[in-house]
Amino acid sequence: MIFIIIAGLIIAFLAPLLHRLLGKFIAVPMVLLPLGMFAYFCTFISPVLAGQPVLQEHSWVPALGVNFQFLLDGLGLFFALLITSFGVLVMGYAGSYLKGDEQLGRFYLYLTLFMTAMIGVVISNNILGLLVFWELTSISSYLLISYKHKYEVARASALQALLITNGGGLCLMAGLILLGIAGDSYAITELVQLRPELLAHDFYLPVVLLIMLGAFTKSAQFPFHVWLPNAMAAPTPVSAYLHSATMVKAGVYLLARFTPMLGGTEVWNYTIMAVGATTAVVGAFLALQQLDLKAILAYTTISALGSLVTLIGIGSTFALEAMMVFLLAHALYKGALFMIAGTVDHATGTRDTTKLHLLGRRMPMLAAAAVLSSLSMAGIIPFFGFIGKELLYEGAFEAPSYAMPLTIGIVFSGIAFVAVAMRLGYGIFFRKSAHEATAIGHAPEPGLWLPPLLLGIAGLVFGLLPNLTVTPILNAAGVSIAGAEAGQLELALWHGFNPILLLTILTILLGIVAYVFTNVFTTWPVHLERLYNIGPGQLYYFFKRISARGAKGLTGSVQSGYLRYYVATIIITFIFLVIGAILQENLYAVITRDTWIKAFSEIRIYEYILLILMVPATIYVSQTNSRLIAITTMSLIGYAIALAYIFFGAPDLAATQFLIETLTAVLFVLVLHKLPTLRTIKTYRANLASITLSTVFGATMAYVMVMVRQFPLDSELKAYYGEASWLEAKGRNIVNVILVDFRAFDTLGEITVLAVAALGIFSLLNLYPEKGDQL
Amino acid sequence: MDLIFTIAVGLLFAASLYMILHRHLFKLIVGLMVFGLASNLYVFAIGRLTREQSAIIPGDADVAFEPFADPVPQALILTAIVIGFGLQAFAIVLVKRLYQVSDSEDIDELKNTDKIDSTEK
Repeated sequence: MIFIIIAGLIIAFLAPLLHRLLGKFIAVPMVLLPLGMFAYFCTFISPVLAGQPVLQEHSWVPALGVNFQFLLDGLGLFFALLITSFGVLVMGYAGSYLKGDEQLGRFYLYLTLFMTAMIGVVISNNILGLLVFWELTSISSYLLISYKHKYEVARASALQALLITNGGGLCLMAGLILLGIAGDSYAITELVQLRPELLAHDFYLPVVLLIMLGAFTKSAQFPFHVWLPNAMAAPTPVSAYLHSATMVKAGVYLLARFTPMLGGTEVWNYTIMAVGATTAVVGAFLALQQLDLKAILAYTTISALGSLVTLIGIGSTFALEAMMVFLLAHALYKGALFMIAGTVDHATGTRDTTKLHLLGRRMPMLAAAAVLSSLSMAGIIPFFGFIGKELLYEGAFEAPSYAMPLTIGIVFSGIAFVAVAMRLGYGIFFRKSAHEATAIGHAPEPGLWLPPLLLGIAGLVFGLLPNLTVTPILNAAGVSIAGAEAGQLELALWHGFNPILLLTILTILLGIVAYVFTNVFTTWPVHLERLYNIGPGQLYYFFKRISARGAKGLTGSVQSGYLRYYVATIIITFIFLVIGAILQENLYAVITRDTWIKAFSEIRIYEYILLILMVPATIYVSQTNSRLIAITTMSLIGYAIALAYIFFGAPDLAATQFLIETLTAVLFVLVLHKLPTLRTIKTYRANLASITLSTVFGATMAYVMVMVRQFPLDSELKAYYGEASWLEAKGRNIVNVILVDFRAFDTLGEITVLAVAALGIFSLLNLYPEKGDQL
Repeated sequence: MDLIFTIAVGLLFAASLYMILHRHLFKLIVGLMVFGLASNLYVFAIGRLTREQSAIIPGDADVAFEPFADPVPQALILTAIVIGFGLQAFAIVLVKRLYQVSDSEDIDELKNTDKIDSTEK
């Protein structure tokens, strides 16, 4: 299976090139790729349905336990087939939708990248591998939302989606790593076996909460749903593919995947149930109030995702199986409706439902697709959406706990779905009104209506013949989530007269009523503005502002921009480290009265001269306000040090020091008139502070020197050079021999440094910037 | 002598840091130079002071006899002095240029690049 991933990545990055070569025919290879993948995954249907999951392994970073481990069980195969089959339709649709777009190659790059990543998510058996693909879907989603990057809205929406889903991705990463630690394995197949240990583990709660955060952000659950409506800034094929049919279902997939491993506990069930039901209701409530076609679809998608998550939260075998059925039903009609919305936008130039009338006259095929898919969405017999909705209601109705509120919430969202479906399938296409039919710029080509029509027909066929088409794979997926007792589901249109049928009829009737009052609902946002101003959407901007301000404040305080503060920070840290080491290791310097007496009695007369030169010069150089005196006294210190080198057996050092000191003084004097005159620009307090710090620093260095010399020096190097210098290198001056023979390469490096410095000086001197130039 | 030498080195370190902490460009260079001198002496003294015994093998001997000065710190310091000179020369020219362009000897006025642009959101 790794070849699928690799092929996907290669073709993704070839897309821009293909676009240049093939022009508008780039859609052909791009459609063939998912088609080939679909065919490939189809070959796995028979073993998987026979109850034999396919497991393949390729090592990647074995040391970290990160392997490409692919698992194709019922759940994975179902999603893989869903992703690739939608891929075929969306790739074809995009070719027509973005016809003539110069960046089409880039678009296909992102879209193929996403598809490959999404396949990776659903077939990964290694949880870290899953995470990598997971993040890749977020990134490709970001790139696709910001595809029309010239618009600020697109960029801001893309960033919001990225921040929210990647924030969740970070949580997921933490959760998965903790899970790996808790189970001592990163393979899903192994972790599932460890369920009892994992449930009892201390990490269980953090693992579950973190994984949930990852899933909720990705699947746009309340209160993280805000990014999804904004993500509609993406071109419509993207909305149809990523933001309704596949990527947003990754969170649902994740929860389903971890249900047999971590599910079934109270914290799992109730949290997921509560979040899902809230999302279902909020999404439905907001969907009713929208005017923009894509916004309507986005909010109903949120609501549907909420219903799916609710079913996972309910967690009974039946609910989990119902979840898979509803997921497929939703993908079919919602993908189709998104494409229809895109085609309408493409043909008329608007997505505002108040401006769209009687579109059915000019676009009959599109209208047919719209009717088919909205009937499925409304849950009308005999469409697949009906079966999905029946099972959804039944799952909620028979929930082990809180069945009543859950059913009410789900039915409420069902009512909203009916109303919305009527607006989409009837309102803008057929409803007779005082308005003229909306003008159509150009009739849509087949590429723009065929894919949604195919999906609509699929919804009908699956509804009529479920057991011949989709039941086996849905059952296999059910087994992956809910265990062996699942898989007995027989899908049928007619369940007899029961409370569920009653609920369905009630939903349809109330939905029609809600549709009639559409104009009332759409005025609500104005009235509810105050409520929305404190909603999660505003919260996002609040946190974004806060974190930006916090980062600015932190940077501002750490990066003061004053050199002396940076230096002082380094020095203070150094002093504390030294003091810490001294205290910890008891490295005390011993200085007694005898030491002092000895020190002074040992000094020879000529060494006093050295001190007399050096000490006053040192103090003077730091106080003087004359440039010439500063240079002279500094040279004085340098010469005194050269003297010290002579006194203590280092004639080479002395010679070098004399030379260098003289050169420095000459250089200084040459440019002296170009250097700033000295003046005191320190405040009294700053002066005091730096005197204190300098004194402490000097004292620390002196202390360390005294302390170090209490330990015996045992230098093998000294003895080695003393013996080898003449015998091996034929030189009597050991220091010179070291420099030019034993460590000749160091000297070469030193010469290089000088050459580089000389180059720098040369170019600085040849640079003639204007006065007042920006630095 | 060792103790007195040590105190002198400490004094050099203190004076050099004092000048580095000063806001003046010229003092910064002088401070850096004195810091270099102090560091060299520090290494020299850590390698022990031996009076009048240079690290040179006498003409009538094949190997050096104790006591002789440790040649290793000397070789290190020799390198350090030369490289230090490269640094000093570069710093002097840099400061000269900087002063010509900015017309200011106050390092505090050279912090534009460290400021966060307040116009950005």
